[in-house]
Amino acid sequence: MSAYAIELKGICKYFGAVAANQDVSLNVKKGEILSLLGENGSGKTTLMNMLSGIYFPDAGQIFVDGKEVTIRSPKDAFRLGIGMIHQHFKLIDIFTAAENIILGMEDGQRVIRMKEVCADIQKLLDRYGFKLDLNKKVYDMSVSEKQTVEIVKMLYRGASLLILDEPTAVLTPQETDHLFEVLRNMRNDGKAIIIITHKLHEVLAISDRVSILRKGRYIGTVDTAEATEMSLTEMMVGEKISLDIDRCDPVDPKKCLEVKHLTCLNKYGVKALNDVSFTAMSGEILGIAGIAGSGQKELLEAVAGLQAGTGSILFTDPDTGKEEELMGKDPLQIKRMGISLAFVPEDRLGMGLVGDMGMPGNMMVRSYRTGNGPLLEQRGPKALSEKIREDLGVVTPGINYPVRRLSGGNVQKVLVGREIASAPKLIMTAYAVRGLDINTSYAIYNLLSDEKKAGAAVIYVGEDLDVLLELSDRILVLCQGQVSGIVDARTTTKEQIGLMMTSLGRKEEEHA
Amino acid sequence: MPNRTKEPFIRIIKRDSMPFAKRVLVRVLAILASLLVSAVFIFIITRSNPADVYRSLVDGAIGTGRRTWNTLRDTSILLATALAITPAFKMRFWNIGAEGQILVGGIATAAIMRYWGNSVHPLVMFAAMVIVSVLAGLVWGIIPAFFKAHWNTNETLFTLMMNYIAIQLTAFFSIVWEAKKGSGTIGTINQKTQAGWISTGFLPDIFGKFNYSINVIIILALTIAMFIYLTYTKHGYEISVVGQSENTARYAGIHVKTVILRTMALSGAICGFTGFLLVSGSSHTISTNTAGGRGFTAIIVSWLAKFNPFIMILISFFLVFMGNGATQIASEFQLNESASEVITGIILFFILGSEFFINFKPVFRRNGKESAA
Repeated sequence: MSAYAIELKGICKYFGAVAANQDVSLNVKKGEILSLLGENGSGKTTLMNMLSGIYFPDAGQIFVDGKEVTIRSPKDAFRLGIGMIHQHFKLIDIFTAAENIILGMEDGQRVIRMKEVCADIQKLLDRYGFKLDLNKKVYDMSVSEKQTVEIVKMLYRGASLLILDEPTAVLTPQETDHLFEVLRNMRNDGKAIIIITHKLHEVLAISDRVSILRKGRYIGTVDTAEATEMSLTEMMVGEKISLDIDRCDPVDPKKCLEVKHLTCLNKYGVKALNDVSFTAMSGEILGIAGIAGSGQKELLEAVAGLQAGTGSILFTDPDTGKEEELMGKDPLQIKRMGISLAFVPEDRLGMGLVGDMGMPGNMMVRSYRTGNGPLLEQRGPKALSEKIREDLGVVTPGINYPVRRLSGGNVQKVLVGREIASAPKLIMTAYAVRGLDINTSYAIYNLLSDEKKAGAAVIYVGEDLDVLLELSDRILVLCQGQVSGIVDARTTTKEQIGLMMTSLGRKEEEHA
Repeated sequence: MPNRTKEPFIRIIKRDSMPFAKRVLVRVLAILASLLVSAVFIFIITRSNPADVYRSLVDGAIGTGRRTWNTLRDTSILLATALAITPAFKMRFWNIGAEGQILVGGIATAAIMRYWGNSVHPLVMFAAMVIVSVLAGLVWGIIPAFFKAHWNTNETLFTLMMNYIAIQLTAFFSIVWEAKKGSGTIGTINQKTQAGWISTGFLPDIFGKFNYSINVIIILALTIAMFIYLTYTKHGYEISVVGQSENTARYAGIHVKTVILRTMALSGAICGFTGFLLVSGSSHTISTNTAGGRGFTAIIVSWLAKFNPFIMILISFFLVFMGNGATQIASEFQLNESASEVITGIILFFILGSEFFINFKPVFRRNGKESAA
């Protein structure tokens, strides 16, 4: 018997030319909680998906209990006692907790003796201190209860290694405390647990050791007892890389957008934004940093009129000084107020563009109401398409070719090109260079810098801290839907931002 | 290194796109193949020369002036139904309730014919029939749309169930109006006066004996109008955007609920109007079979035409041609109706199957080379 519940050696996984995991080696002991830490896109989820049989590694070895194994499917993973709890639950709404737990189990019996099954599950619940009503239907459950069902499902199937992908992202602090209590009970019972998380204070609170990934590579493992938030952040963000992005000083900045006490709920009814206040100035790029899902999406969508909330969003025209309240307005009302606002959403084809249409049809997303009467004005969008194709170098067989079939970079050029075509006063972009190659990324940085020079207020939500530090003038850091600080991009370090992203620092202590 | 998982013997992958000429070729080949398979089927059943059978098929569809005329008339009604459901389908609102929307339009028309047939000026009567049938279809269409827009109910089930309500309503009125006992069907309405018949009650004798052609002309105009509506108007644009992505629609400032309600109102209204054309323009009666499954066949027409109204003309003609021809085969070779349905089924199977090979290609396990269909 090996002391390690699981051991990974030299695991590699490539998606096309992208290395999602490169030479990753780590291990978890029985009766231990290991945290897996890393920025967005560092390869944590890919790695865990290989353990649970969703992906198959391109190279490397996996040992369970000291024996080398091949995991080809989730079924193989089950058989080896590996249970993964995904961020998005895979439960059947109209079934009860108990029905979901036994769903798909093959014990060779034709009749389900629900009473006996429930008694068995109840024993499990008592042993680890779960709170769960087995006869409750899933559609009546809170997020935390659903998560409990997922965990119990894995335990009931005899999982000895549990992988939890950001389990606390959707939980309230009290629910998180309870989850941790249960996880500790499971550890003491000899289970091995891997927990993927971004929240440093949770890492320190729950885990025995921490393994860190960065850009698909394994950086190292430290004992939690010897780690601090600062030391972990340094390992996570790495050395600063110089990018040589051309940045000029803001000229004559004026107040353009003033957000006060903005609070929004997400679809689970949890606060996605909590009392957010900031000001964006004309002639300036305001970077927004934060772990994915810290409220960036909701923030931009609230300004664009796509997300309900409370508080105030005041737009001031930098030229005329005219003020307009945007809170409670829909996109059409904002447009009719004459506010020229550009928004490049994260989901390009799902929100900003219409995939099956060519470029002219996509230009019309902003302009189709032009002209009186019921007919569409076609000439303007066509001319604009030709101009964008020319100016931004969009590679397409023809402007009428469906944008869905273009490469990611060209799709983004179509979207950004359309958005800046109207000479907007305020430009908001979400992950504008995600998935783009270096050249296209720089083309986008330059376009945004040009808009800044032309006097627009630019809000740039990004994930690469090096880019944020070199492109932005100021950086607003979001953490769990709150502003953990606004800093000067010219004087701040990567570590400071990394720390602000993962912990609310003093602010949280006040709340606690 | 661990073992690689074994590649499946055959995988299906999506094609980028196929050149236009090749797409046409694939479809023509599919139709030829379907005729070949049908010929084998015919030969096994009848032991007669499939060429004779196909000759009789053409004869049945366009062999005489009257048969040609019937084929054209049926084509136009199927086309009208396809046009009606197209805006909804383009919006990804699966309106499979055309059947019921046609029936309620038909009931409304029949009611006016019965109650006003001999007492009101024909012009007033026709105006009333059009308005009431359109309104009836509109209401039938907008009810599921309202529930979809506000509570996101499943429109497929909802529109389907509305069909059964409409069928029961038709049965109810059949009994109330005419046949309290017996077969439960009503005969031709206004047989003597022909009041409310498009062919004779309105603009008499402009088209002589081809007075039914007013149906065809109205529907051709509707085809052109629908093409313009979908392609060149702001409404048509909104329908496309909502169908593609509701989020993009919201982003563009489109009121999604309004578009859903408006489009289903239009879809239902045209179905109701089709019900009027059926009752006033050709059958002059109403029964639970008046819509005759066209509400469902129209879905095939609309999809195969990729929502292009002009291509719908060809497809609805083809389907009706095959259907009417097959009926002739059935009577000439002493087969029952089911045999003709089998032939239509075989042909549709091949046409729909060819779409699969236009969009996807099978890849066999690599032994160095790839294979495509």
